[in-house]
Amino acid sequence: MPRYVSHPDEVIVLKRRHGQGAANIEKYVELDGYKAVQNAIEQGPEWIINTMKASGLRGRGGAGFPTGMKWSFVPKQSVKPKYVLVNGDESEPGTCKDHVIFLEDPHSVIEGTMIAGLAIGAKMGFIYLRGEYRYLLKIVEKAVADAYAKGYLGKNIFGKDGVDFDIVTQTGAGAYEVGEESALMESLEGKRGVPRIKPPFPAVVGLYGGPTVINNAETIASVPHILLMGGEEYAKLGSERNGGTRLFGISGHVERPGVYELPMGYSLRKAIYEVAGGIKGGKQLKAVVPGGSSCPVLKADEIDVGLDFDQMGKAGTMLGSGGIVVLDETVSIVEFALRTIKFYQHESCGWCIPCREGTDWIKKTLTRVYNDGGQKKDIDNVQYLAENMMGRTFCPLGDAAAMPTLGFVKKFRKEFEDYIEGKKAGTPLMTEEQELAGAAH
Amino acid sequence: MAVVTNTIFSPATAARFDKLVTLYPLKRSALVPMLLYAQDEIGYISEPVIREIAQRLDLFDLDVRSVLSYYSMLRTKPAGKFNVQVCTNISCMLRGGYEILNHCKQKLGIGHKQVTPDGTFSLEEVECIGACCWAPAMQVNYDFHEELTPAKVDSILADYAAGKGKDVK
Repeated sequence: MPRYVSHPDEVIVLKRRHGQGAANIEKYVELDGYKAVQNAIEQGPEWIINTMKASGLRGRGGAGFPTGMKWSFVPKQSVKPKYVLVNGDESEPGTCKDHVIFLEDPHSVIEGTMIAGLAIGAKMGFIYLRGEYRYLLKIVEKAVADAYAKGYLGKNIFGKDGVDFDIVTQTGAGAYEVGEESALMESLEGKRGVPRIKPPFPAVVGLYGGPTVINNAETIASVPHILLMGGEEYAKLGSERNGGTRLFGISGHVERPGVYELPMGYSLRKAIYEVAGGIKGGKQLKAVVPGGSSCPVLKADEIDVGLDFDQMGKAGTMLGSGGIVVLDETVSIVEFALRTIKFYQHESCGWCIPCREGTDWIKKTLTRVYNDGGQKKDIDNVQYLAENMMGRTFCPLGDAAAMPTLGFVKKFRKEFEDYIEGKKAGTPLMTEEQELAGAAH
Repeated sequence: MAVVTNTIFSPATAARFDKLVTLYPLKRSALVPMLLYAQDEIGYISEPVIREIAQRLDLFDLDVRSVLSYYSMLRTKPAGKFNVQVCTNISCMLRGGYEILNHCKQKLGIGHKQVTPDGTFSLEEVECIGACCWAPAMQVNYDFHEELTPAKVDSILADYAAGKGKDVK
């Protein structure tokens, strides 16, 4: 069971009901649950979308696209049914925030899905959880069943004639790639989770060919809170063009790892040194992967930056999924880079050649370097391969593999060179034998 | 819907499948969940499982095989009764994920994707399981175990071996 953490610097919006048994529908209703959706039914789609636009909420999956704008792209008239799809396929290494949401506040996801449906004119929503989250799926399934029993889902919800909404929960079966929106739709249609070419975008042609809004579970869970407090009020909590708060999962070498709710724009340095209690065991900071494993690494002297999409972009990295992975001085970047690319090589779906071949060759090359067979030109080769993956694939997985790789070899080039010359930094965590076994799988 | 009279699944699972195919605009959408639930019951995706699921969804066997081979949790060979899945991805690695994996290898005497001779345990090194802030972590079947130490792993494995472990289905 995830350990609950808190810190005085937290600004509690999304976590308001956490730790209070809000998975129980009675408790959720007692804590203002299902009020936002009833208000949304009264106020209508335009009001919902305007509130969302005013809130400055940007997609919490990683891309940071403004949610209100995304919803406004869905055509009002459509021959085909429209759908809301909630992405709970949380698989980005370093990220476990949706895990906490499904556990502590599943009804907020259900309510958010209904509000999104009202906004775009959909009558059906899907909540897709990764296959590994079976115990969370059961919690969400129970919550959905309870909502049906109360008349909050189904036909004429809340006693309103002609207002219908259905929610179906879905489980994946192990695939990082399915977290990409078009691959997610393929998976939900019972196919291999390979990406679709865009355009057309899901807002126009999505699930079953109908206009579809796809949002991350945290984005959706934020929606009822935003409607309750007002868009402007929510926006004020964050920084410029980055409304509100978000859940940051701080992991790795910190004293108090955990999922903390911090305002957008909060200092990365303070998040590590104050909120998470600083570096474990009083060691020195070496590097930070600031938003899940896809984000280019920041060096220890680059952490005076605000945690929002724009400031992180300016710092040459990304806010991503909000998973902050902290590395202390004992970590070998060569090893860390290898472990990172090993993941992407395993998860590349194989659809686009630059990603399928690129991840494999980078992994092979870095394995050779790691196993002491490296040559100096291997560093250039890795960089060349990664640069040639960028922007050349259907979905962002190719970029997601290339960007951190480029970050490691560019910012820590000296460490790679020293490693090849036999001067090793850090304490090995993997053994050669394990790495060879890994290469076979 | 194709009527399957001689189902290989338990009445409860067969009833679940009958319901699943009605939930979606296209019944093929039930394929991935059906494969996973079938595996939960049968232990792996066997040839009869492929045939029955294809029949239930009006698909060719090949369609099912194509999807089956994509998802890492689906397997075509039996695993142990308790499948120990140790995460070694970055957050877990930084906090001793490989130490936990090695400990499990020694303790169980098996390697990655192998099964103990008595069929009780199998071991897998897996990618991120979404427990990064409580690392190092592993799953035994669907149950999460977090903030692991070798000693904690010993007691968890002993509990499962003694039939006292939690088993989420």
